[in-house]
Amino acid sequence: MTATAPGNPATPVSQPPAADEPMARIEGRAKVTGTAPYAYEHPTTEPLYLHPVLSTVARGRVTAVHTGDAEQLDGVRAVLTSKNAPRLADTSDLEFAVLQSDEVTFHGQIVAAVAADSPETAREAAALVRVDYEERPHDVILRSDHQDLYTPGEAVAGAAPDSHQGDTDTALARSVVLVDQTYRTPREYNNPMEPHSTVAFWETLPERLTLYDSTQGAHTVRATMATVFGLPEENVRVIAPHVGGGFGSKGAAKAHNVLVGLAARALPGRTVKLALTRRHMFSLTGYRPPTIQRIRLGADTEGRLEALVHDVTELTSRTKEYAEMSGLSSRMMYAAPDRTTSHRLTALDVPVPFWMRAPGEAPGMFALESAMDELAVACGVDPVELRVRNDPGADPQTGRPWSGRHLVQCLREGAERFGWQGRDPVPGHHRDGAWLVGTGVASAVYPRLTSPGSAAEIEYGADGRYTVSIGAADIGTGAWTVLTQISAEALGCPVDRVTLRIGDSDLPRATVAGGSSGTSSWGTAVHAAARAFRGEHGADPRPGARTRAEAPENPDLERYAMYSFGAHFAEVRVHADTGEVRVPRMLGVYSVGRVINPRTARSQLVGGMVMGLSMALHEQGVVDPRFGNVVNGDLAGYHVAANADVGEVEAHWLEESDPHLNPMGAAGVGEIGIVGTAAAIANAAHHATGVRVRELPLTPDRFLR
Amino acid sequence: MRPFEYTRPARAAEAVAAVTADPGARYLAGGTNLVDHLKLGLTAPTALVDVRDALDDTVRTLADGGTSIGAGVPNSDLAAHPEIRRRYPVLSAALLAGASGQLRNMATTGGNLLQRTRCVYFQDVTTPCNKREPGSGCSALEGHGRDNAVLGASEFCVATHPSDMAVALCALDARVRVLGPDGERTIPVNGFHRLPGATPERDTVLSHGELVTAVELPPPVPGARSTYRKVRERASYAFALVSVAALVQVRDSQFVDARIAFGGLAHAPWRARRAEEVLRGRPVTEESFQVAADAELAEARTGRDNSYKVPLTVNTLASVLRELTEEDR
Amino acid sequence: MDTTITLHVDGAEHTLTVDTRTTLLDALRDRLGVTSPKKGCDHGQCGSCTVLLGDRRILACLALAVAHDGARVTTAAGLAPDGELHPLARAMVDHDGFQCGYCTPGQVCSAVGMLAEAEAGWPSHATRDLTAATELDDAEIRERMSGNLCRCGAYPNIVAAIREVSR
Repeated sequence: MTATAPGNPATPVSQPPAADEPMARIEGRAKVTGTAPYAYEHPTTEPLYLHPVLSTVARGRVTAVHTGDAEQLDGVRAVLTSKNAPRLADTSDLEFAVLQSDEVTFHGQIVAAVAADSPETAREAAALVRVDYEERPHDVILRSDHQDLYTPGEAVAGAAPDSHQGDTDTALARSVVLVDQTYRTPREYNNPMEPHSTVAFWETLPERLTLYDSTQGAHTVRATMATVFGLPEENVRVIAPHVGGGFGSKGAAKAHNVLVGLAARALPGRTVKLALTRRHMFSLTGYRPPTIQRIRLGADTEGRLEALVHDVTELTSRTKEYAEMSGLSSRMMYAAPDRTTSHRLTALDVPVPFWMRAPGEAPGMFALESAMDELAVACGVDPVELRVRNDPGADPQTGRPWSGRHLVQCLREGAERFGWQGRDPVPGHHRDGAWLVGTGVASAVYPRLTSPGSAAEIEYGADGRYTVSIGAADIGTGAWTVLTQISAEALGCPVDRVTLRIGDSDLPRATVAGGSSGTSSWGTAVHAAARAFRGEHGADPRPGARTRAEAPENPDLERYAMYSFGAHFAEVRVHADTGEVRVPRMLGVYSVGRVINPRTARSQLVGGMVMGLSMALHEQGVVDPRFGNVVNGDLAGYHVAANADVGEVEAHWLEESDPHLNPMGAAGVGEIGIVGTAAAIANAAHHATGVRVRELPLTPDRFLR
Repeated sequence: MRPFEYTRPARAAEAVAAVTADPGARYLAGGTNLVDHLKLGLTAPTALVDVRDALDDTVRTLADGGTSIGAGVPNSDLAAHPEIRRRYPVLSAALLAGASGQLRNMATTGGNLLQRTRCVYFQDVTTPCNKREPGSGCSALEGHGRDNAVLGASEFCVATHPSDMAVALCALDARVRVLGPDGERTIPVNGFHRLPGATPERDTVLSHGELVTAVELPPPVPGARSTYRKVRERASYAFALVSVAALVQVRDSQFVDARIAFGGLAHAPWRARRAEEVLRGRPVTEESFQVAADAELAEARTGRDNSYKVPLTVNTLASVLRELTEEDR
Repeated sequence: MDTTITLHVDGAEHTLTVDTRTTLLDALRDRLGVTSPKKGCDHGQCGSCTVLLGDRRILACLALAVAHDGARVTTAAGLAPDGELHPLARAMVDHDGFQCGYCTPGQVCSAVGMLAEAEAGWPSHATRDLTAATELDDAEIRERMSGNLCRCGAYPNIVAAIREVSR
């Protein structure tokens, strides 16, 4: 079963729609006219423009900053350096210790900044700041044989870094069919279309900091800024009604937030505006670290897994530790009785890696699902059937029952819709003119996460409307619309009687829009508030009636293994002469609990698939080991999929609800679309050509012969 | 970006006089490359002389049956011009393979010809680059080299020319009309762009103050078939890994003539004279395609990252010739 | 160096003083507070700043304001002069042709400019026969809209919106 096709006009708001109505985005008009204000666009009076100066060495010490030429320019108000920048209250997190010392720990670190009356002057002055360095040898390249590989702590990893179940060595030695391959993914950049931007205003007596910020979590940024600047949280306000994408990179404060705070504090009474350039983003706003993943699969001749080993080697930065947990999916995905996973990191002189859409699962499932395809080929088993055969009845890692595992249904329905049946498995057998044509499949998985700690407030107004307040963020997910629908459903009123307020840290605390947990976490809080409101004020409340409630704990989180699943199918064409790769068709079928608002949910799923296609074909941050920088740090060099790269993309889902997850029965859908997509495409490319590419991206040169 | 003066003379001669008189002055037309460079700090002119009022922006048929394209004609208008589409489709196709609709609306014929390399080190002022800063060294030589030239490069520079349009113009044997302080001159487009040698800072043979005023195309070759094929990493809106502009004349399953130019391989659009010579008089066979391509690439020099360009170019040329001669085999 | 220019933006005339270095995009966003065109890359690599100059779609980030004295500029906000959405903008809402919305005003302006180009018979890279009449199928729309990147991956819905309006 699938929902109705997109494109239907908005449901008339006079009728109370259930949360599964395909309601058009309530901020749609503002967005298509460009009048929805993003961070940089909030009206200000005579603001100052801030332009950072970034380090040009990867490791060393700033010995001098020559600011004279910059300071002489008309309109320059301040040149901040580590010598004159205000001192921060807390410098324990080195990412946020901006301009607090002369140490340089990566190329592209903030070493100075200019505040000026005009953006042109700020940029010109920044270019006139000369910085002397004492350079030290640096290491920026991930290698699997690195001397300093270590096991990350559980606190950083968010899960045990290693797992051992059974005896994989013995099992592998016994297995008749073996796959032992190493897969690599490059450094990848989120590149939301809106560059990270912040507008800051510092008041004195009492000291208060207000930020208009492009963030996935106003409360998260508030907490960081309060800590770093030594302010009570209530004296920091972060406002973010519209956010131009984030994909994880706006999931926490970044160095530029601190920089703009420093400038605002140094120049109280003036609003300071900072918009990072696209190039700045390549060192200051996080990235998916490159991965080297060795996978060993042992199976019988029927393709039944006996052992699964997934060893992950990745980098982190010396500035701040981050662990991309690429092996987690391999712990629960398939029914191999013996399973081992490990994560090893090496800390290098590189910018701080951070979340990028489906951190861990996206690179990890590229590796696992490529290996599964190789196993299918090795066993002569259809790749859909191979996955069906290895579907576990309970979570192999914990033994817990699934709250709903419907991978097999996704695979079966996907195969049906895609026209998989009758597929000739032999690679390189199908040709259309100069194009070699193939098809591929891969599974998708993403945990059904709900973050604790969100609260919501409901107030009934004299106008007969309910104002629902929660500090959530809409980064393009549809939160404005979906939370309105959830509120209406929870309150039992039509959507046109709900006024939603989000995107402000002065509203009740909301967890970050990340981990596909936003709708689940915030919706749970809204439901709790609605329940409490009706309990306190009844069905016919007095104007002014108001209730705030926190999302309750969910005991089922400890009882069930909660995951969303999906199946990705792709058709790939590879030009026989030039190796150009095209993906005319992609199809995904998902099991994501109940789908709230099919219109916006479908967009997220399709968007994830498109980013997966982009990951498969294009994305690669190229590091120059001599300088330690990313050399292709712009959108001409770092390719993301353009319109012409994307063909037909279909997203379908199973009709279901997860009663254990949250009151809505709905899981988030922001990330699962990117998980496994690159593997489906690489597998299809192998089917088309016989060439197995184990290192992303699939550029034309890989297929030349 | 440093401050600069801005003027907009009405006539080409005034513009030439203004730029000639000021070593820090530069011409501005569509701005798609220059404004980018101002922001990147690659150039810091003291004055910009806007030539959009001064330049011819028409496409005219010449007395000899050829065509004159004003240097001010936007790329999109040129690509869409009925006469160009009908008589010089390879030029339309090359233009349409470049940039995006918005950029083609802004960029001019003269500016396209003069656009500079997208070598990542050239565009990054924090790294050495002989083209940007003579004598500072070439970072691309031992650096990220996927886009590096494989033909005609030097130890000083391995940059490639980014234009699609210019590749087609080379295959068409176009001429570039130039107005300078000493008057007008005409330069064959094959020879307009330089190989880097020891002076990669000079992209073309133009001197300071010389202004491209028009591009002239000779009359179309009767019976010739042509195409432009661009191979890139994205399906659109990306620079070429390699591109081929080709015109062929075939009679009785033999090549009478071929004109072939490559993009993405060299500091200049690369006219494939050796391949053309090999093809002339040869039968239309797969072997001929291969021999011609191999002959042109015989002297290719590759590095760690760009060796793929040789088989890619050979395959692409073969593919193009195959397509153009489909009915002759 | 400052200079005074006049811009006609979305039907309103503005006389303003700009630095010769000021781009049209910065003049609109920072000087006039017209923030409908977005800054996604500032280097002509994403299309977020697309506006109509006269009737043509261009990138405001690579245009110097001083070079467009007297110009008539239309942004996505100006396509809805009387509060009634432009059909293309309407179709973008109906087809959910956006998510975060940041590239959207540029997509809308680009699509409006592109439809005019197709109407005028301009070919594209996707056009098989350069001398034939243009038929705006999906491949054509995708190619012609490839100068507008959308990181949310709303391309299929953008194409659907344009397809609807083009018919």
